Amino acid sequence: MSEKSTWDFGTMLGMGSARDIFMHKIMEIAETNKNIMYITADGSPAGSMQDKFRKKFPDQFIEVGIAEANAIGIASGLALNGKRPYVNTFGPFLSLRATDQINLDLAYNEVPVCVIGTHGGVTSGGGPTHYTLSDFGIMRAIPSMTMIAPADANQCGKLIDATLTYNKPMFVRVARGEEPLVYENQDYEYVIGKAITAKEGDDATLIGAGIGVHNAMMAAKALQAEGINVRVIDMHTLKPIDAEAIVNAVKQTGIVITVEDHNIISGLGDAVAAVIAENGIGCKFKKLGLPDEFAALGTPEELYEYYGFDAAGIIKTLKGFM
Amino acid sequence: MAKADPDLVARLKEKSKDIAKQLCDMTFHIGTAHVGGSLSMCDFTVALYYHFMNFDPEDLKNPDRDRLYLSKGHNGCLIYNIFADLGMYTKEFLYNGYNKIDGKFGQHPNRLYIPGFEASMGSLGHGLSISVGAAHAGRMDKRNYRVFCILGDGELQEGSNWEAIMFAAHHKYGNYVEILDQNRVQGNAYTYKTINMEPMVDRWTAFGWDVREIEDGNDMQQVVDAFESLPASDSQEKRAPICMIFKTLKGCGIDFMENEPKWHACGLDEDTLNECKLSIEQNRSGGR
Repeated sequence: MSEKSTWDFGTMLGMGSARDIFMHKIMEIAETNKNIMYITADGSPAGSMQDKFRKKFPDQFIEVGIAEANAIGIASGLALNGKRPYVNTFGPFLSLRATDQINLDLAYNEVPVCVIGTHGGVTSGGGPTHYTLSDFGIMRAIPSMTMIAPADANQCGKLIDATLTYNKPMFVRVARGEEPLVYENQDYEYVIGKAITAKEGDDATLIGAGIGVHNAMMAAKALQAEGINVRVIDMHTLKPIDAEAIVNAVKQTGIVITVEDHNIISGLGDAVAAVIAENGIGCKFKKLGLPDEFAALGTPEELYEYYGFDAAGIIKTLKGFM
Repeated sequence: MAKADPDLVARLKEKSKDIAKQLCDMTFHIGTAHVGGSLSMCDFTVALYYHFMNFDPEDLKNPDRDRLYLSKGHNGCLIYNIFADLGMYTKEFLYNGYNKIDGKFGQHPNRLYIPGFEASMGSLGHGLSISVGAAHAGRMDKRNYRVFCILGDGELQEGSNWEAIMFAAHHKYGNYVEILDQNRVQGNAYTYKTINMEPMVDRWTAFGWDVREIEDGNDMQQVVDAFESLPASDSQEKRAPICMIFKTLKGCGIDFMENEPKWHACGLDEDTLNECKLSIEQNRSGGR
């Protein structure tokens, strides 16, 4: 039996909230770079990091109210005039309600705006209106858009550093709040567009994005105890995707399973499958994630188990291939 | 209110006629263009580019330039002609590069293709938010450039505008001027029959804007008076943002096009082109 995939894993490796970490980083860079701006849509409750930002840098902060489309449009106008906005609120409202503005005001106008959607996947626990299950697919389909899902909170901090020299529009998905840290050692290089091998192995490959990396790591660690060496690839950048890492995984391990807290249509799995097919190489392959339905209610852990992409579900699928 | 310099009015009126004719020439050469709404906004747009805006075709990146955002991007064809007239490129470059694979001129303008456009536009309901963001940047940078945004009245049916209308009124930009081309005709029908937008003035006023109605937005005298009455742009001043409602005529100056929805977008054969130019010469004098 595998290690139980729960958020308690964090007590071993330390927990962190990506929301706090990216705000901390944005505050850090806002101190020296006065073009850095933080824009939110009803996302700055009293006492929050956002509220601290507002108090510390009132001229670099905008609260638009419950108006995500306007938040993106304002950010575009600011970026067209030399500012570097970070727009952040609930992922579903950014990725769906403001899709038109992300497509035209940001991507078509080619402005360096970083959109950060929190409550990624089912992590809000708020039901289908508050799940973010289409962002990977939507952003992948928008020309020139970059789509990123950091594996954990600390990686989110590394990403914010990387955005400073990445002059393109991008969408970043993070989870709701505290999530388990994937990397015990933070001393690794983070480059947008370059996958990270979170765990070496040649018997099979698990490719995850966002929380999918954590679930994959949990499965891989449990399998390691059984003598099965599974590679875990952290595909934090869904677009542009690191095709080389995928091709190597196929050739070297023969089994690829993708893990994502996203509709299995249009997400990480489809992106990986396209790379495999277009390279004319075959392998045993399975996409794990949310099926094409409005997902059930429950906590993230319950839902990952229910839909078969917690550690136990991943192990079951993998053993079926072996 | 003091009347504007008659020489200025006469010069801009002539230029507006000239640009209207150039628009027709372009339409003849390229096959089809959004003529109707271009003619309704022709007078105030000419007044802006040829007199009231700090706009230098040879210094398009000047940080203190005034910014004009064309939310009704389908009328970019009017500005294509103004830019050519200002010597930014030749007519041949425009005619040969319209809707071509390697061309620069689409039905809707792209800022990356044609320097001078502040943003790429086309889908309605985007320009207000973007331009308000530009006004906010001006406030942050303590520069007093003015930000203009040209909107259509039909376009106001898009809900996104009202988010930006609320936002701008809340933040009270002293460097912002919204220009509404109220020609009362949208893509396929009369605006008031589709979704009635009246009372337009009351709507903007209720949202906290300083509304200035221009009774005949195609009368250059009234256009010039309206622009001259604007307070100086002051990015640090907090005041109700200004909304200039120009009551215009779609297809203005071409008698058979005026107020006729079918001329929203059209082509012109040689005979029709000549009729258009003759009509512009005879009728496009404003003060209807």
